[in-house]
Amino acid sequence: MAGIGRRSVLAGAGALAMPAISYGQTGVIKIGVPTILSGRVALVGVSSVGGLKTVFEKFNADGGINGRKIELVVRDSKGAPQEAAKVTRDLINNAGCTIIIDAEASSASFAVQEVIREMGVLCIHTNSETSSLTADPKLHVPTAFRTARQGIHDAIAGGEYAAKVSKAKGLKRWMTCSPDYAYGRDNTAQFMEYATYFDPSIKVVEEAWPKLFQPDYTEVVTKVLNANADAMYSALWGGDLVAFIDQANLYGLFDKMQSFMVNLGDYGVVDQVKQFPTGVHSGNRYNRTVPPTAENEAWYQSYLALNRHKPTNWSWENAVAAELVVEALRETKGDTDGKKLAAAIKGRTIKSVFGSKGTLTMRAEDHTLIDYIIGFGVSLPQEPFITGFAGADWGPIVDLERQWKKKLGYT
Amino acid sequence: MEPEALLRCVGAASCIVTQLTSGLIMGMLLFLIASGLTLIFGVLNVTNFAHGSFYMLGAYISLTIYRLTDNYFIAVIGAALAVGVIGMLFERFLMSRVYGSNVLMQLLVCYAVVLIADDAVKLIWGPAVLSMGMPVEFRLPPWRIMGGVVPPFYAFLILAAALIGLGLWAVIALTRFGKVVRAAAVNAPMVAALGIPVNRYFALVFGLGTMLAGAAGALAAPVRSLTPGMGFSILIESFIVTVIGGMGSIGGALVAALLLGLTRSFGSIGFPLFVDGAMFLIMILVLIFKPSGLFGKPAR
Repeated sequence: MAGIGRRSVLAGAGALAMPAISYGQTGVIKIGVPTILSGRVALVGVSSVGGLKTVFEKFNADGGINGRKIELVVRDSKGAPQEAAKVTRDLINNAGCTIIIDAEASSASFAVQEVIREMGVLCIHTNSETSSLTADPKLHVPTAFRTARQGIHDAIAGGEYAAKVSKAKGLKRWMTCSPDYAYGRDNTAQFMEYATYFDPSIKVVEEAWPKLFQPDYTEVVTKVLNANADAMYSALWGGDLVAFIDQANLYGLFDKMQSFMVNLGDYGVVDQVKQFPTGVHSGNRYNRTVPPTAENEAWYQSYLALNRHKPTNWSWENAVAAELVVEALRETKGDTDGKKLAAAIKGRTIKSVFGSKGTLTMRAEDHTLIDYIIGFGVSLPQEPFITGFAGADWGPIVDLERQWKKKLGYT
Repeated sequence: MEPEALLRCVGAASCIVTQLTSGLIMGMLLFLIASGLTLIFGVLNVTNFAHGSFYMLGAYISLTIYRLTDNYFIAVIGAALAVGVIGMLFERFLMSRVYGSNVLMQLLVCYAVVLIADDAVKLIWGPAVLSMGMPVEFRLPPWRIMGGVVPPFYAFLILAAALIGLGLWAVIALTRFGKVVRAAAVNAPMVAALGIPVNRYFALVFGLGTMLAGAAGALAAPVRSLTPGMGFSILIESFIVTVIGGMGSIGGALVAALLLGLTRSFGSIGFPLFVDGAMFLIMILVLIFKPSGLFGKPAR
C-alpha cells in the first residue's frame, strides 16, 4: 500500500467527483433545458422545446458534428427559482449536460444565471425579457447570453408606435392594465415612459394591476370602463390575456377605447380567444406573415410538422438559441468547453428569418440579441390575425437604449 | 388608496350599476363553489382541500361536451353530473378511508388528488390554455341600465347561481334526504342505528358538494381560461368565504361570497392595491370577533 498516499486518494476522489462536463468532448452532446412544463404556463416549456427541435433535429439528421449528435435533456422546474437552480445544477453535475438552454421565465432565469456563474458552462437564456438580466453589468456572466427579446427594446419600439397613433387620433388619457409582478410592472413603466417621450401630451390617468393567474377579471374590466380613458396599454399574456379578452368582450370594452396589447398577437392567445377582437394594436410575437417570406412560412410549416401546436414567441427565441449553439459547435469542432463556445457566440451575426434585415447579432458588449423583428400591427379576427405591421428601426432603439442604460448606471 | 375615486363612483348611478353587477357575479360564482365546500364540511366534518380540482374538472368536461354538442346548457348539466359522480368515487375510494384521521392525513390525500387531477388534465386536454368562447346565444351587446353596463351573460350567471342555491336550500331544508343529512351531521351513529345507510348518504353529500363546484366551473367556462391547476386560485377564495360565513353554513357562504364579490368590485376602484388584503382583513376580523364565522355555530 506504500504507493497510495493521502494525496493520490484525494486526487482520485476529486476526479470522480468532478462534474460530467470534463468528459463532454466525445459521444453525444447533451444540452440541458430547465423550463416550465406544468401548471398554467406549461406552454412556455412545450413551445420552447418545439422551437429547439426545429434546429436540433435537422442538425442530427445531417449527421451532427464529427458524428456527435445533440440530445436534449428537458426538466420541469415549475417556474420556481429555487427548483430551476437545483434542476440546472443537476443537469450539469449528474445528467452530463455541457450546455444549458435556459427556457425559464424571468424570475427563475436570474437563479439559473447564478448557477452558470459558478459552473462556467455555456448558457443561453431564451425566454426572460427582463432587461436587467443582461443590461446590468453586475449580473454579467462571461458564458451566459440571451436570445429572448428584451423588454426595453419592446418598450422603445412600442412607445414610438403608440405615440404615432396617439398623435393621429388624439389619445390623451391613457390607462394601464398589466399583471402585478416584475415583468408586468417593468414592461408597463418602460412602455409608458417611451410613449410619453415620443408624445408628451399623453397622461396616465388610471392603473389596474390584476394578480398573476387571477381567475376573474370582472372588477378590472369594469375599472377600465369607469376610467373613461382614450386608450389602454396591457402587458397581460397567455391564459390571463385570454380570460381578460373573453370578459372584456362582454362589456364591449374594445369598442370604447383604443387598446395596445403587446402580447395579443401570439398564436397561443390567438388560437384560444374565440371572439378575437378587431382593431387592437398588438406587438409582433411570432406570426407566420411577419416577415411575409417563403423562409418564414417554411419554418412555420417545419414547426407544425414536428409539434402538435403552432409556434409562439418562445419558439423562435429558442430556435435562434439552437442556431447559435450549432454554429458555435461547428466553430469549436464539437468542443463544448464553455469559454470556447462563448467566444464563438460573442458578437456573432447569423442569417435568420427572424432578423429585421435577415440577420441577427449577439451583441458583444452585453450578450443580448439585437436586430430581431420588432414592431406593432393591428388585430384581425381571421388569418393573418395581425395586419398593417409597422416594423421599428433598430437605430433609434439602440440609441435610446444606450441613454436608458446610462440613466440606470449600467454603463 | 383612492377614496375620491370611490366617492365619485358611489355618486354616479352608472358606476354603481356596473360595479354592483360585477360584484354580484363574482360573489355568486364564489358562492356556488364555497357552498359545496361548506356542505361537505358541515355534514362530513372533513375539509375537502381538493375542491378546486372539481371546479377545474367541471370547466374542462363542459368544454368537451360543448365541443361535441354545441349546446352550452347540456355542457353545464353534463359536466356538473359527471363531476358529482367523480366526487362520489373520490369519497368512496379515498376520503372515506381517512374520516376520523387527523387533518394532515386528509390534507395529504387531497393534495395527492390535486396533483393527479392536474396531470390527468394535462394528459387529456394538453398543457396549453384552452377557452370555450362565448356561446352563440349570449353573444349579445351589453345592456345599458341607468348608464351602467350589464352583460346579458352575467345576468344569466347570477340567475343560474341563485336558482342552484335556492335548489340546494330546498333539498337540505324540505326533503327527506335533507332531513337525514342534517341528522347525520349531528349524530351519524344514531342515524345509522335507525337502519339508514349513512355511508351512502355521505357519498351523496360529497357528490352534491363536488357537483356544485363542477357546475360553477362549467358555468364560468366561457369567461375563464382553462389551464391545468386553475382550481388552486379559486380554492383560496372559497376557503375565505367558508371561514367568514361559518364552516358548514350555506347561508353564511352566500352572505360571505357576496361580501367578498362587492369588496373586490368596489375595492378595485377605492383601494386597488389592497383588494386581496381587504378580503383577508375581513376574515381576520371575523376570526377575532366571531371565530365560528358570521353564521357558524360555535364548536362543541
